[in-house]
Amino acid sequence: MDLIWDGIREAFRILGTGDYSLWQITLRSLFISGSAVAISLVIGIAVGSLLAFNEFPGRNLAFTLVNTGMGLPPVVVGLMVAIFLWRSGPLGQLNLIYTPAAMIIAQTIIAAPIVTGFTAAALRSLSPRLRSQLYALGASRLQMLWLVLWEAKLPLLAAVMAGFGGAVSEIGASIMVGGNLAGETRVLTTAVVLEVSRGEFAPAIALSMVLLALIFAVNLILTTVQQQEQRS
Amino acid sequence: MSEAKLSLRDVWVRRRGSDILQVPHLDVLPGEVLAIIGPNGAGKTTLLMVLGLLERPFQGEVLFEGESVRGRELSLRRRMAVVLQEALLLRRTVLDNVALGLGLRGVPQRQRRERALRWMERFGVAHVARRGSRNLSGGEAQRASLARAFALEPEVLLLDEPFSGLDQPTREALLEELAGVLAETGLTTVFVTHDRDEAVRLSHRVAVLLGGRLRQVGPAADVFAAPVDEEVAAFVGVETMVLARAVGDAGGLARLEVAGRVIEAVVKGPLAPELLVCLRPEDVVLAPPDGVISSSARNRLPGVITRVVPLGAQARVTVDCGFPLVAVVTRRSLEELGLVVGTQVVASFKASAVHLISRPTAS
Repeated sequence: MDLIWDGIREAFRILGTGDYSLWQITLRSLFISGSAVAISLVIGIAVGSLLAFNEFPGRNLAFTLVNTGMGLPPVVVGLMVAIFLWRSGPLGQLNLIYTPAAMIIAQTIIAAPIVTGFTAAALRSLSPRLRSQLYALGASRLQMLWLVLWEAKLPLLAAVMAGFGGAVSEIGASIMVGGNLAGETRVLTTAVVLEVSRGEFAPAIALSMVLLALIFAVNLILTTVQQQEQRS
Repeated sequence: MSEAKLSLRDVWVRRRGSDILQVPHLDVLPGEVLAIIGPNGAGKTTLLMVLGLLERPFQGEVLFEGESVRGRELSLRRRMAVVLQEALLLRRTVLDNVALGLGLRGVPQRQRRERALRWMERFGVAHVARRGSRNLSGGEAQRASLARAFALEPEVLLLDEPFSGLDQPTREALLEELAGVLAETGLTTVFVTHDRDEAVRLSHRVAVLLGGRLRQVGPAADVFAAPVDEEVAAFVGVETMVLARAVGDAGGLARLEVAGRVIEAVVKGPLAPELLVCLRPEDVVLAPPDGVISSSARNRLPGVITRVVPLGAQARVTVDCGFPLVAVVTRRSLEELGLVVGTQVVASFKASAVHLISRPTAS
């Protein structure tokens, strides 16, 4: 029991003193996962609306692929990205392996199917006649898409939450393509793994608390926005 | 004849390998209200979607003022307005919804609000302008949807069964208001419905759509009085429909002038000056000129048989009494009475069998 109490006490001390590397790691986590979600949102909205609005042969297969992608094991993603970015790999000359960019790529591959799946479901939940009505009101294609996305913004916020949650708590891919380099590619999850492997539970607990707080904060903001929208 | 506002030429719509709609020719004339009637699944909505440039036909051409719409769909859609079965309001205030189409056309905000509010006033929903669109009743939502369409001040209005989801009193009230606004504005309108009464009350012409094909297009009275074939007749309820003028009203019994003859009809409400007299063929009894007729039948009109159509055990007989009157008689009476084309008969029906439909006076 002492191990736990001492760990928690020490964790609060670290948080209280505002250890520089802790906040650096937190900001890096936010930056990498935030970028991955932003890119995923662009991909997810484009592919999701394509899937939701168009009938084409192979549409069911496409949906199955997206759903499979939503459950893609991060380790497998890490392996694929690592092979591509490895010095002798197909994209080796880009020199991206063990950089934050590599981590953003891997996390995007993890988050994009989640955002795509949520977006397609959100758009399909709208009345199929709504698009006709918007065109009938004189909307151009772009105006229609914007209005429809705006109408589905609540479920889209859920897509952002789910995508961010998936990206920020992922670890396998981050270690493989980021390398957990101190001051460069160390993020909250990889730092926790390292501290635990060294038997340093206090900083691991402190890092985990920050990670949880981060996920909580993001969800709190989005949920508040959702509820305000629903009320209006 | 004035040039058609909107036309279809050889339009053919196919979906998943089956034909949904085949219309060789349809003209919507400027200022007219054209009702498209037909049973569910006849292709009415598809026809409206094609007219509204919301669905591209597999083959054929849509013409706007005589010219192909191809390549200018967006700008032409902005000269039309469509009201669908569901109001389909966005998750924002009612006012924002009504003003939405104007916003898409780049109308400045002040003007947008002014016009939206004016039409919301007209359709009795100005008091819910600030309310969220999700907090409206079905009737209010459909009124907002009508206001949204009229606020665009379109050249063509397309309505797809806008009242089908509403309860009877709401529907009646809204129908009355719409008839008024249409008469006032003289807006070119295409109105899709499966309700014959709605079609008659609102429209100048009726087009009957069955199985994706237009079977008959013409003034409502013509289409209902003389359906071109059995299928159309079956759909329009084989009713006799003739224009009548009220000439007297005494204790719930009205005297109506129909093509120079006077008939009596039981009335339940106030009488409009111009009415359509509707008669179900099964309510009309035919007898030889010297035959005995049930004393309860107040209306007795002599005439000549102009058409006999056998329908299995029955026959549909058209009698010219100054206007075409349709009766259904059994095959047996047909033979016993020797009813053939050219035979003189007396057609009789009860005053209570007459169904009256008010027509909008302005047109």
